[in-house]
Amino acid sequence: MTAVLDRRHEPVAEKAPRWWQAPPRPVWEEPPGRAGLAGKGIVLAGACLAVLFPLWIVIVTSLSSKKTITEAGGLVLIPRDITFVAYQELLSGGQVTRATLVSLGVTLVGTLFSMTVSVLAAYGLSRSGSLGHRWMLMTLLATMFFGAGLIPTYLLVQSLGLTDTYLALILPSAVSVFNILVLRGFFMNISPELIDSARIDGAGDWRILWKIVLPLSRAVVAVITLFYAVGYWSAWFNASIYLTDQDMMPLQNVMIQLVQKQEQPVGMSQAIKTGQISALAVQMAVMVLALLPVAVVSPFVQKHFKKGMLTGAVKG
Amino acid sequence: MSHSTVPRSRDEAHTRKAAARTPDTRSGRRPARRPGKLSLRLRLRRDRTLILMTLPAVALVLVFNYVPILGNVVAFQEYDPYISDNGFAAMLESPWVGLEQFQRIFEDSAFWDAVRNTLVLFFLQLVLFFPIPIALALLINSVIRPRVRAVSQAILYLPHFFSWVLVITVFQQIFGGAGIIAQTLRRHGYEGFDLMTDPGIFKFLVTAEGVWKDAGWGIIVFLAALASVSPDLYEAAAMDGAGRWRRLWHVTLPALRPVIALLLVLRVGDALTVGFEQILLQRDAVGPGAAEVLDTYVWWNGVRNQDFSFAAAAGLIKGLVSVALVLAANKVAHMMGEQGVYKK
Repeated sequence: MTAVLDRRHEPVAEKAPRWWQAPPRPVWEEPPGRAGLAGKGIVLAGACLAVLFPLWIVIVTSLSSKKTITEAGGLVLIPRDITFVAYQELLSGGQVTRATLVSLGVTLVGTLFSMTVSVLAAYGLSRSGSLGHRWMLMTLLATMFFGAGLIPTYLLVQSLGLTDTYLALILPSAVSVFNILVLRGFFMNISPELIDSARIDGAGDWRILWKIVLPLSRAVVAVITLFYAVGYWSAWFNASIYLTDQDMMPLQNVMIQLVQKQEQPVGMSQAIKTGQISALAVQMAVMVLALLPVAVVSPFVQKHFKKGMLTGAVKG
Repeated sequence: MSHSTVPRSRDEAHTRKAAARTPDTRSGRRPARRPGKLSLRLRLRRDRTLILMTLPAVALVLVFNYVPILGNVVAFQEYDPYISDNGFAAMLESPWVGLEQFQRIFEDSAFWDAVRNTLVLFFLQLVLFFPIPIALALLINSVIRPRVRAVSQAILYLPHFFSWVLVITVFQQIFGGAGIIAQTLRRHGYEGFDLMTDPGIFKFLVTAEGVWKDAGWGIIVFLAALASVSPDLYEAAAMDGAGRWRRLWHVTLPALRPVIALLLVLRVGDALTVGFEQILLQRDAVGPGAAEVLDTYVWWNGVRNQDFSFAAAAGLIKGLVSVALVLAANKVAHMMGEQGVYKK
């Protein structure tokens, strides 16, 4: 008798639902109607398709041969004979190869620089009560409410002699105050006891930052690194006003020329004219080059987005 | 260093301060100096590492955000970039003209076109863009299968990380005159079309591009707000007999209220900034009549036509109105009982 009772009170080991099964709902919640469920599914699938369909077209077309594209009348939906000709042409030297390397270089160097400056500043500002803390914080915060304006900034960059240097693509927008605030918010949440005990053990601020604070904030550091990297990778405006040398242009600016202004990539016009490659495939391949790094990296950081954004919104 | 009188941490300074307030009864004497009033030299010595760490960022901001503010003086000049090789030296030598540039701007019909386009775009985005992330967030929040949620979120976030160049290029390849829809239509004997160069629908096109790029990203904030709602509230409401729509109305939406207010304030304060890069990239295709906004007006006159003083004056007007808008919007938020962007 007692054994039966006991067994009944044992916690039932619940099997975790498989991914296609819905987890159990709380008892008070009505089960969803069939129409509502279908409606939800359609809207959600539609929204996701609206994002994925254009990307699918771009990728598939870039992988198609000239024959496939002509037969499909431009709209290739299903890849038939996959070929990497367009990429081979683009990446075998010439304008697009150079632009891709420029973009990669600026992104790497710029992100490293921005992250170093931002993490240091965020840590420096996270220990409140230090000398000048308030003033420096205010100096940064104030810039979130006003900008100096395009023309004075342009004149300044010119006066500093940065025109036609890669520094012009990095320095003027190197630090984002928003990103610093997000990092700072995170650093401030790390328990002070931990930092104090490290200090008692004789660690200085540099060591605390490197050995304690940074390892604890890997998630937010990943998010902010992504933000900076995407910023550098996507930037085109600074290049368009500060660079005059076509050979220095990053990928985005070359994409403007190739796709929007319908120019032919320098050195490749022969292959396109003689009909070996479709001009459309080449354009799409340039777009894939531009979207690939971002599309590959961002899903990995995705699960941390919410935390990062929220800290920024609350502490800002 | 370790034996100096310098407190080793700022937190230690706080505890010493507290100790100073309650006299140390055991030793029977007050501390020699009130640590709350450390001399500047000592505080500098204690905090030098932190200051050193913060300085690069502050220096960058000072150079690239504050120094250019001084450059706005060219708005009151007849700035001639050819007086000197150095832009700032030329600034010192250029003749002053007072408010002449501002007068020219107010008499320029293109300026008023830009103002009108800016405001129309702002209202379009407010009406057609703003509600979409809220609706999407409610939808995703109601999906209880974790895998479905995660996958659709990942997909919807993606376009936010694409550059404007790429987004516009994708739109062009699909909706443009040589785009795949027009090509397919032509192949089947219909007339093609080109949405990308049509001034009539340009503002809707810009809004649609914005939705495609950022509507998915916009849901993050709302999802966070929704996640912080206590399930007890839903349960209590259900016990009281509220169906799912009433729970949405009385529990979910009130939870979103502060976030919505905050984002509205931010948006209104930023009303004069509507997609600079995005519009600049498409300006040539549809012409300035439909596409010019205040930012591109400044860019066109300043960078393109080298009329620096005129453009700086226009930028100054925009900047001042924007700051006023931020302050005003925040004031309204405070009056409505919301927190706004910054506290009072």
